[in-house]
Amino acid sequence: MFSDILSQLSLEFRLEARNKYALYSILLYVSGTVFISYLSFRGSLNPATWNALFWIILLYASIQAASKSFLGQSRGNFIYQYSLISPQDLIIAKIAYNMGLMLVVAFSGLLFFSLFLGNPVQDFPLYCIAVLLGSIGFAGILSLVSAIASRSNSNFSLMSVLSFPLLLPLLLAAIKLSKNAMDGLDWSVSTSLIIMLAALNAIVLVLAYLLFPYLWRE
Amino acid sequence: MSFISNIRLISKPADKTIFGLVWWKWLSIILLVYSVVAGFLMKVPALPILHETIRNLYFHVTMWFSMMILLTVSLVYSILYLMNFNLRNDTYANEAANVGLLFGTLGLITGSLWAKFTWGAFWLNDAKLNGAAIGMLVYLAYAVLRNSMDEEQKRARISAVYNIIAYAMFMVFIMVMPRLVDSLHPGNGGNPGFGKYDLNSDMRLVFYPSIIGFTLLGVWMMQLLARIRFLKQKQLIKNFR
Repeated sequence: MFSDILSQLSLEFRLEARNKYALYSILLYVSGTVFISYLSFRGSLNPATWNALFWIILLYASIQAASKSFLGQSRGNFIYQYSLISPQDLIIAKIAYNMGLMLVVAFSGLLFFSLFLGNPVQDFPLYCIAVLLGSIGFAGILSLVSAIASRSNSNFSLMSVLSFPLLLPLLLAAIKLSKNAMDGLDWSVSTSLIIMLAALNAIVLVLAYLLFPYLWRE
Repeated sequence: MSFISNIRLISKPADKTIFGLVWWKWLSIILLVYSVVAGFLMKVPALPILHETIRNLYFHVTMWFSMMILLTVSLVYSILYLMNFNLRNDTYANEAANVGLLFGTLGLITGSLWAKFTWGAFWLNDAKLNGAAIGMLVYLAYAVLRNSMDEEQKRARISAVYNIIAYAMFMVFIMVMPRLVDSLHPGNGGNPGFGKYDLNSDMRLVFYPSIIGFTLLGVWMMQLLARIRFLKQKQLIKNFR
């Protein structure tokens, strides 16, 4: 089981490395939106808005990045994979891969934000925890929703319609936690939020593990 | 043929009826009439600001209770569908979610009216309210997803999966989130729930029957909607032959 996951994961990474344009387009997407916000806000950006803007850009970039995790696949490819690997292993590999992608997106976003819009974060480790927990949850939900959307006829618009409401609890909790980190509040204030985010992630991952086999079969 | 199984199950012997209706439908009617009459006429605690709006407990809160119960019913049918792939379960899951959505909308409207007279605005940026709105969005997305596929078994399977995720996220959103942040809503953020005002438990005499009445009404509606769909399928097969 473990070696299956690893081989699937390495396949995903090799596919990504082969057509690098996907990753570069996401990075360009993030830097482009950050630059647009830099030009339109013209320096009048208070920390709360900085934080909200960061998460909104991250949300859109994540949907962009994750939407191709199942949508890009041809039918034949799907059937071939079906014969090779169990659905549980596949979804774990997909989520792990998307998690890596989200982390790249998130931290490059953070870099661009600090570059153009300044970095008002006071408690950087806690902010990183918020970004990490947020990315894991995003990866889980988006992988699953991408699998759902790839099954329907009109997929890309459906992807955002289906994922927005599901991502919102995660997004709001992550925004609140990162706002605490930004204001440099004591960690004891944020423990309940961290626990809640971790619990949400656990729910998402368990649901993905249990439900994905039903999505996969034709 | 996928919906043959539906038709066989329709013609099962009818339950015993009283004046043409099953007992729990009469119970629903009686409880609803009682809760409307008693809800408007019975004595309620006299409180500043709230005044008579406290009667909204009998209608607004019951709407949410019934909605949660119906959405749970929908979840159970979705899980059942994934266990035995019987399309009847899918129809029930869908219709339960639809009726739940209707109750949720009514809950939003009654809550909004109440907020206008106590908080001074129809809508406030509040965790509880946003949770409710997002819940509605999740289940609207469920409806959109269903309409985007036409192959029956596939639609049933995929929407069942979405329904389960939606339920989990929705429950997190309206049960957990309001407890983590401040909220103006009674029962959250340090505000006492209405149960605290109800010193001699008189309000419960209307509140609980009202919940049962509205939930039974919702189940009744769900059953009717599902039955209409089964009959349409039957008609379809008849025409086909």
